[in-house]
Amino acid sequence: MIISVASGKGGTGKTTVATNIALSIGKAQFLDCDVEEPNANIFLHAKIKEREDVSVSIPVIDKEKCDFCGKCSEFCAYNALAVVRQKVLVFPELCHSCGGCALVCPKDAITWKERIVGRVEHGKTKDIDFYHGLLNVGEVQAIPVLKALKRKIDRKMNVIIDVPPGTSCPVIESIKGSDYCILVTEPTPFGLHDLKLAVEVVRHMRIPFGIVINRDGIGDNRVEVYCRKEHIPVLLKIPEREKIALLYSKGIALADESHEWREMFGLVFNRIQEEVKK
Amino acid sequence: MAGDVRACFQSYTRRGEEMKELTVISGKGGTGKTSITAAFATLAQNAVFADCDVDAADLHLILKPKIKKTMNFHGLKIASIDKNLCIDCKKCCESCRFHAIDQNINLIKESCEGCGVCAYVCPVNAIKMIDRDSGFVYISETRFGPMAHAVLNTAEEASGKLVTVVRNNAKHLAEDKQKDLIIIDGPPGIGCPVIASMTGVDLVLIVTEPTLSAIHDLERVLGVAQHFKISAVVCINKSSINTENTSKIEEYCKKNNILIVGKLPYDTTITQAMIHEQSVIEFSDGVLSQNIRDMWNKILEVLKQND
Repeated sequence: MIISVASGKGGTGKTTVATNIALSIGKAQFLDCDVEEPNANIFLHAKIKEREDVSVSIPVIDKEKCDFCGKCSEFCAYNALAVVRQKVLVFPELCHSCGGCALVCPKDAITWKERIVGRVEHGKTKDIDFYHGLLNVGEVQAIPVLKALKRKIDRKMNVIIDVPPGTSCPVIESIKGSDYCILVTEPTPFGLHDLKLAVEVVRHMRIPFGIVINRDGIGDNRVEVYCRKEHIPVLLKIPEREKIALLYSKGIALADESHEWREMFGLVFNRIQEEVKK
Repeated sequence: MAGDVRACFQSYTRRGEEMKELTVISGKGGTGKTSITAAFATLAQNAVFADCDVDAADLHLILKPKIKKTMNFHGLKIASIDKNLCIDCKKCCESCRFHAIDQNINLIKESCEGCGVCAYVCPVNAIKMIDRDSGFVYISETRFGPMAHAVLNTAEEASGKLVTVVRNNAKHLAEDKQKDLIIIDGPPGIGCPVIASMTGVDLVLIVTEPTLSAIHDLERVLGVAQHFKISAVVCINKSSINTENTSKIEEYCKKNNILIVGKLPYDTTITQAMIHEQSVIEFSDGVLSQNIRDMWNKILEVLKQND
């Protein structure tokens, strides 16, 4: 079973929920898909044993063959190529590696080279098989790193996916193929607004989902009213407590700190298992 | 998506001298970017506001803009397959690097990146690249000044491109209304929309908090600022939740020569103000508001010095 943990708004507690569920069920595979800002390993402490680079293909122009006709730059939807007088400029960070430029080149002057944009790292912690992706600083495209990371999924295992914030392409790519999605929110106007956006995403993708309310007590009850009205199950409420904030700030997972929390997150997992079976 | 960093560069290199741009970012989400931006909006004398967190925009919940103008936003194009013309040769399916056309020649909309290779290889012209309605762009007026913002439709790409559109609108608004500052509420992360939100601005304010996660993310987002040679200052929000980590951030910034313009204590006034749809400054005159005022004055000084 694949469970992804998403939120819309950033900083609501996705990583808290994802890491604690993984720790509570013991044997699991964990993928931190927030390749721009991966934080799960701050709580899981996996020793990274393997690293592999993620690269994308970018065009290389053979100056001998090229006659500067400009067809490649005309075709490129991403403005990654520009022909100026007797020169073809390639802007590698804009290239989506679609292959179009090489297809349209009448002189067969385009070949490909690999360009590293990030890496996938793997390690073990207790019984958790841990993976995260890292987009290199200054790079714009998270998707190739995400795709490389998601190829590591072992469908035979229980897989927990920590999803990046937002509602656009990296979120869709992370959630794709999940059996269930947990949406983490906080009981504030910002939390509710972004929760509604996240609900649209998972409904659009037809993935069953439930809500975890984090920092319960800090705001108002509009999130709960919304969930009741929309018949969305609230799986868990994590109270607003100084102790919890302090543990989080130190990188200590709740499930490692107390047996009760471990049980609570275990129950959330059991409930999801039942929901998915239905 | 990525396609727009260069466009962004182009439009911002010829920017007028007198107008300044400040972007509020954080790396990690939920550190308080939007609440702080809203507070700045209350304090700024002559500014335009831009919500560039187009994925999950929240600034409008506080600024409550009155929309003056709405425009469609077309991100990347999308393939449209005419099954009546299709001869099932499967060339499109084989050529698509994004696996966006399946074996039955059905388009998988979420995977299409609009490159146009399928339309090019189709021998019977059964595929056309058409405009894709990816969202809406707004020009608005708020009680503090003009605002540029947008909504990206669910499951759409091209948020970097949309950020660039919002920034251009903010720039035009500032020119029209003779405003001398643009305050940009940026998205979390370090990728495309973040880079599009910060390229070419005069200053970025990074809002962090004393948690190990936020510190890790601060370091990465500072790396991005350095990569694009943009000056950055830091605000430590919720500094009282872990004073040891707060000291660590202070040391780190000192070592790297980064100015800390504000240290805000953990204060639920921020949430209370949000619930009342007000900025913290409007809602309360307490310690937090005073701290934010001091921080704002420091930022104005830095912007002046950067001249």
